[in-house]
Amino acid sequence: MNAKTADKVATVVICLFAGIIVLVLLGLLGFILFRGLSHISWDFLTSAPETIKAGGGIGPQLFNSLFLLVLTMLITIPLGLGAGIYMSQYAKPGKVTNSIRLVVEVLSSFPSIVVGLFGLLVFVNIMGIGFSLFSGALALTVFNLPLMVRITEQAMAGVPREQKEASLALGLSRWKTITSVMLPIAMPAIITGTILAAGRVFGEAAALLFTAGMSSPRLDFTDWNPLSPFSPLNPFRPAETLAVHIWKINSEGLAPDAGEIAAGASAVLVLTVLLFNFGARWFGRFMHRKFTATR
Amino acid sequence: MKKMVLVVMALVLTIGLAACGSKNTTNNAANNGANQEAGTNNGTTGGAEGGGEELSGSILAVGSTALQPLVDQVSKKFMETNSGVTIQVQGGGSGTGLTQVAGGQAQIGNSDIFAEEKFKDAEADLAKDLVDHQVAVVGMATVVNKEVGVDNLTKQQLVDIFTGKVTNWKDVGGSDEKITIINRPASSGTRKTFETYALGTKTEDLQGSIQEDSSGTVKKLVGETPGAIGYLAFSYLDDTVKAVKYDGVEASEATVVDGTYPVWAYEHMYTKGEPDAATKAFLDYMLTDEVQNGDVTELGYIPVNKMTVTRAVDGTVTKK
Amino acid sequence: MEQSAVKGQKTNSKSAFMKPHIREEWVGRVYTFVCILVLIATILAIVYFVASKGLSTFITNGVNIGDLLTGLKWDPEGEPAVFGALPFIFGSFSTSLLAALIAAPLGCCAAIFMTQIMPGAGRRFMQPVIELLAGIPSVVYGFVGLSVIVPMLRAIFPGQGIGILAGSLVLAVMILPTITSIATDALAALPGGLKEGSFALGATRWQTIYRIVLPTTLPALLTGVVLGMARAFGEALAVQMVIGNAPHIPRSLFESASTLTSAITLSMGNTISGTAHNNALWSLALILLTMTFIFVFIVRVLERRNHR
Repeated sequence: MNAKTADKVATVVICLFAGIIVLVLLGLLGFILFRGLSHISWDFLTSAPETIKAGGGIGPQLFNSLFLLVLTMLITIPLGLGAGIYMSQYAKPGKVTNSIRLVVEVLSSFPSIVVGLFGLLVFVNIMGIGFSLFSGALALTVFNLPLMVRITEQAMAGVPREQKEASLALGLSRWKTITSVMLPIAMPAIITGTILAAGRVFGEAAALLFTAGMSSPRLDFTDWNPLSPFSPLNPFRPAETLAVHIWKINSEGLAPDAGEIAAGASAVLVLTVLLFNFGARWFGRFMHRKFTATR
Repeated sequence: MKKMVLVVMALVLTIGLAACGSKNTTNNAANNGANQEAGTNNGTTGGAEGGGEELSGSILAVGSTALQPLVDQVSKKFMETNSGVTIQVQGGGSGTGLTQVAGGQAQIGNSDIFAEEKFKDAEADLAKDLVDHQVAVVGMATVVNKEVGVDNLTKQQLVDIFTGKVTNWKDVGGSDEKITIINRPASSGTRKTFETYALGTKTEDLQGSIQEDSSGTVKKLVGETPGAIGYLAFSYLDDTVKAVKYDGVEASEATVVDGTYPVWAYEHMYTKGEPDAATKAFLDYMLTDEVQNGDVTELGYIPVNKMTVTRAVDGTVTKK
Repeated sequence: MEQSAVKGQKTNSKSAFMKPHIREEWVGRVYTFVCILVLIATILAIVYFVASKGLSTFITNGVNIGDLLTGLKWDPEGEPAVFGALPFIFGSFSTSLLAALIAAPLGCCAAIFMTQIMPGAGRRFMQPVIELLAGIPSVVYGFVGLSVIVPMLRAIFPGQGIGILAGSLVLAVMILPTITSIATDALAALPGGLKEGSFALGATRWQTIYRIVLPTTLPALLTGVVLGMARAFGEALAVQMVIGNAPHIPRSLFESASTLTSAITLSMGNTISGTAHNNALWSLALILLTMTFIFVFIVRVLERRNHR
């Protein structure tokens, strides 16, 4: 086989493989949406699930997923930003910094189930928080924190050195330089990364099985006092998220339309993650235009 | 840069204000809610707890996923009549339930099997502190794929199948099809019940057998896999799988109640020591006719007070 | 950040002797340092708790560590209980290896397509596709695997459709984004001069890719594959739904098998904390944790090679 033919064959094969990937994704999305979309309605999105009757919805689960996301982000963002800034600006290159970077790496590749078990043992049992949104948020923080640190670190590293040096030369303190010169420039990248990380939180189930629990108590959507046990805003109530709900009805569902509910819920979940993805892209571009001179 | 800071400040302010605003409204809402609840309370003095003194407290019931829907549903009813009591119901499995009730994190531990069977080794003493409350009976049926052409299996045939002596359906009178066992994990309460009361012996996990912990998956796999056999609680039976007779006895509520069909288990709600007033009231409520003939039957369990036989921890069955 | 700044202003009025920018700097330093400490404390806590629980199998329950790692029989409720985790270890390794074998060529091809063959359209079209694959939750993958892949395999091959191959296929799709994105980054970072030099010498595109691009980026590509494997190794729910969970080393790819993660999810809720069975499951978690460290170590070694 001469070089020209080999080149052609290889090109075709590579394009074929790339095509396969696109087909797999389209097939996946098509399957999920085709089976689920017909089941999605306003009623399905807002009503409570039923145990044995048909026609249950996913309202509380959807709310729980979003609320858990907010809680997780409230814990993750300040911690992750701080740690990321430390890693990129304060840490002196050397053995210690290197090992911290290793810690971040290890933490980000921990199996979610191990983190879930850790959450069950420490947050749920030892700290006595019980199966609750808060335990779930803490467990998810464990996942999200390394991601957040990496995102921040990379974004800060992407800031032009001249800007930083100019600011330091003007006599600003390092911290002031970071907060008022570097962070705004790094912000678009950080926000894009954060939204993408949020998508991952939204779909996580294995860790939440053991921490946030698998039941959704009756929620009273007229009661917004975070301390009342039936208030949707109470972070110490057990909560089943959308991903966990799919797992549960797939495995234990008694309702006659469990299959359709699982399909519908999967479609909602995938659509939400899609939304996060597109949102992140759009927002990244928007912020980029806003903060840089490009018009 | 100033603009950025301004934006952030504005955001913080808005969120802060929004928080204050919502706090005010929540208070109002809470008051309204309380009033309403008081109203309903007056209206339903004929409820289960018509006693007079107001019960209060919060109860956490954790454990068996098989029992969870029932406790969940009954707890909601209970809370409607007793607004002072809050009950949270959690899954997590029988083991988690018993761990948490023995450790004091939960007031009630839901379990599919007797605590004595779960607490072993160093933990055996813990079972002594637990008080058993049997609230329902769950029957289990052997289910097979519809195509295997068998509608009765004797105890010996079942043992042969689950120990791997018989591997083809034609040996037990069915079509020529390889047997695929859909079992439960060794830790499962459902499996323990099935082994004790249907097989009468412990079985090992066979090479090639499938293990699923969840009834939904078992049902799906038995329905789809040619030559599959498994076992399910009565509540999961439908026309995608076929329930076979056990030694000629049909698996049904009637045969469980009169003691002819042996494959059933109690659903337990354990408390550590004697329960407090609110927990006791809730457990009593579980046993009222209203719940037993209503929710228990509705969800596919068998009312415990209907049973004409009782069974002790060691498995001996006595006529009532 | 806002909070610490506000706090800083308050202390300012009290301690006027400190110059504002030094105090400001100090606040920032302490704040970020505390964040890092939290991070380190988290990982230490995880390692400590999982190890203390996992090691108690050997210490309090008297199980021999060698027996656990090499034993073929897993009968936790038997008399006496036997804990041989080799089938799970074998299952985990074989599924993740096979998944990597399936996903690595696909991912590398996608990366080459995006960077070398059609950079413009590839980036605009493939990149979102890959990111979307990464975003699909694992539960959904398991659901699709159980309703599509398992019946398909059952129809084509002998057996029940469930097994290592089904698990690997699901995992392959799940780790494809990891491998592809790392490979793409590596290929894109390749100095243009290398490629142009090769073209100038009259090499075809495939010759350039095969002789120049792939060898130079190999460590980075391998990093992607190892990270993908690590992810496959730790994935729990999707695998558990399609693998069958029999605690045996299977005789074929289409026979029910188990992984470390599936064994944990299957029994954790059913066992009581403190019993030998429960402790043994924690030991499995400890093995998972150790493997994570090993994977990260391999990645480190590969990266060091890459930098050289």
